[in-house]
Amino acid sequence: MTPAGPSAGDDALDLVATPADERGTSLWRGAFRRLRRNPSAIIGAAIMLVFVLVAIFAPLLTSFRPGTGEFFGQVTPSSVPGPSQEHWLGLDTGGSDMWTQLLYGARQSLVYGVASTLVGLTAGAALGVLAGGFGAVGGRVGGWVDTAVMRVVDILLSIPSLLLAVSIAAIITQDSLAIIIAIGAAQVPIFARLLRSSMLAQGKSDYVLAAGALGFRKRRIVMSHILPNAIGPTIVQATLNLATATLEVAALSYLGLGPDDPRVAEWGRMLVNAQSRFDADPRLAILPGICIVVTALGFTLFGEALRESLDPRSRR
Amino acid sequence: MIRFVLRRLALMVPVLLGLSILLFIWVRSLPGEGPARSLLGTRATPERIEAINEQYGFNDPLLEQYLRYVGSLLRGDFLSSIRDGKPVLDTFFDKLPVTVELSLAALLFAIVVGIPLGYVAARYQGRAPDTAVVSGSLLGVATPVFFLALLLKLVFANWLGWLPATFRQTPGIDATQVTGFAVLDGLLTREYDAAWDAVLHLLLPAIALGTIPLAIIVRITRASVAEVLQEDYVRTAESKGLRRRTVARRHVLRNAMLPVSTTIGLQVGLLFSGAVLTETVFSFQGIGSYLFQAISQRDYPVLQGYIIFIAIMYSLINLVVDLLYGVIDPRVRVST
Repeated sequence: MTPAGPSAGDDALDLVATPADERGTSLWRGAFRRLRRNPSAIIGAAIMLVFVLVAIFAPLLTSFRPGTGEFFGQVTPSSVPGPSQEHWLGLDTGGSDMWTQLLYGARQSLVYGVASTLVGLTAGAALGVLAGGFGAVGGRVGGWVDTAVMRVVDILLSIPSLLLAVSIAAIITQDSLAIIIAIGAAQVPIFARLLRSSMLAQGKSDYVLAAGALGFRKRRIVMSHILPNAIGPTIVQATLNLATATLEVAALSYLGLGPDDPRVAEWGRMLVNAQSRFDADPRLAILPGICIVVTALGFTLFGEALRESLDPRSRR
Repeated sequence: MIRFVLRRLALMVPVLLGLSILLFIWVRSLPGEGPARSLLGTRATPERIEAINEQYGFNDPLLEQYLRYVGSLLRGDFLSSIRDGKPVLDTFFDKLPVTVELSLAALLFAIVVGIPLGYVAARYQGRAPDTAVVSGSLLGVATPVFFLALLLKLVFANWLGWLPATFRQTPGIDATQVTGFAVLDGLLTREYDAAWDAVLHLLLPAIALGTIPLAIIVRITRASVAEVLQEDYVRTAESKGLRRRTVARRHVLRNAMLPVSTTIGLQVGLLFSGAVLTETVFSFQGIGSYLFQAISQRDYPVLQGYIIFIAIMYSLINLVVDLLYGVIDPRVRVST
């Protein structure tokens, strides 16, 4: 028999032998310990920390306001003023201070990225557990529940995610909540399908059979046996999605469906505005582009390290 | 097997019906004053807008409009674009090869580069090749499609001048159209220079579009291979003296491909979303850029028609992926 994953050890005998204070916390405490030793976790956490601090303290780091276009007079059709003493990153196409725009842009990315992924993860994981749980141990009726839930997911999945986001962003007008729901909704089918398929795969494992034979309730088998073993890929996906959510805000902006208020500084839109001048002055697009990439990278690095530390099987 | 396919096809009907209703409501609730306004532009007067709305029946109750729409669909009439008057069905199939060619090229790039890289990373887990591959894939997944597209264009087209920056083929090139797939047409008609020209035009867009799928395929392959490598049967195969390549192909990759094949299936939607952006950056006249124009101009028939066609294609592709899943993993075949 193959070793059946980490939670196979939590059978009754093992629990009796374990001191009380190590029972519930060992997984997360161990994960945190491993996380602190992982360099990519440290880098990712550092980027995230800087990003969050910048988002919060943006007004303290610059003497200008975002999106005012107060220096628009200096912008001509042929050139945008580059770095100078007053503006050390120069101006942007709208005539605002580039450094200020980039700082305030972090706020938008933080709000949209985190909030939309939470929306997508919560709804997607709920659907995935419902379908996967019933599908794995629910017998015939469970199969029907699984099928019904997955048909709903299929409707969402049958529209490419950006189009889904575009459609939703377009209906509920272009305020922040709409963008969050739009990007979150586009992630729902991904989480749901992924969690379901890995739960179904886990459902065929020996340890699930063993748990059933021991007479555990199906609910417990699903929640404490199958789910912890099946959640790994979903966590990887969520970390990747934190990054892609940031990217999708930029994409929505690109299609003209981003944050509606031109006074709001947003990296994606800065990039789009710079596009027509890209050849002459790559700085305009490259700076906000780098901000997006670094932020997405920070989320990805940290999340990836989190996965490795949570999933002992991938430990090095 | 046939029953499985038939059941899946039958299940597509309610999905598509639900989708068509949602779409109908979505499309009509797009902000702005509807297609009449963008059609007329500066010539718009309330009377003219009213006349167009009357002509297309946009003033009727939504339910009536929907039933009329479904009625015309059932007669095989997919309506015409409000903007240029061309039948939706015709333009869709005219533009389909452009987008499919681009997506296939991107997917090919992602798979051909991604699976070996993922395998190598898992084999050398924790060592230099692994670190390089993982860092690269992290960077790839963190870069917005159109930012990457712009960068590639700037470096390889504008600065170095190695590759063309826009269009599918050099304008004015003597290329015969057969299937609409530029590369395939060139090969079929033996116009090899035209085929090569199309390949050169495809390179940058395909890399831009394929990078995120590539990064995802690399990561999933790596995770999956790393897991399979720890299985007893791999140790058995290695210890009975099989060649490393045989173990890699027959024992490791075949078992590790399960999550990867699902992931590749899921990439199709991502490719389509990315195609909207990539086609716009590289001036490809495909479905993506046409759809983009339709969104901004509120071209209802085009939006509805295109998204439903895309959904049908997407569902069919997912069905094929699921069938392939059964081919790769006999355990799934038994349980369906």
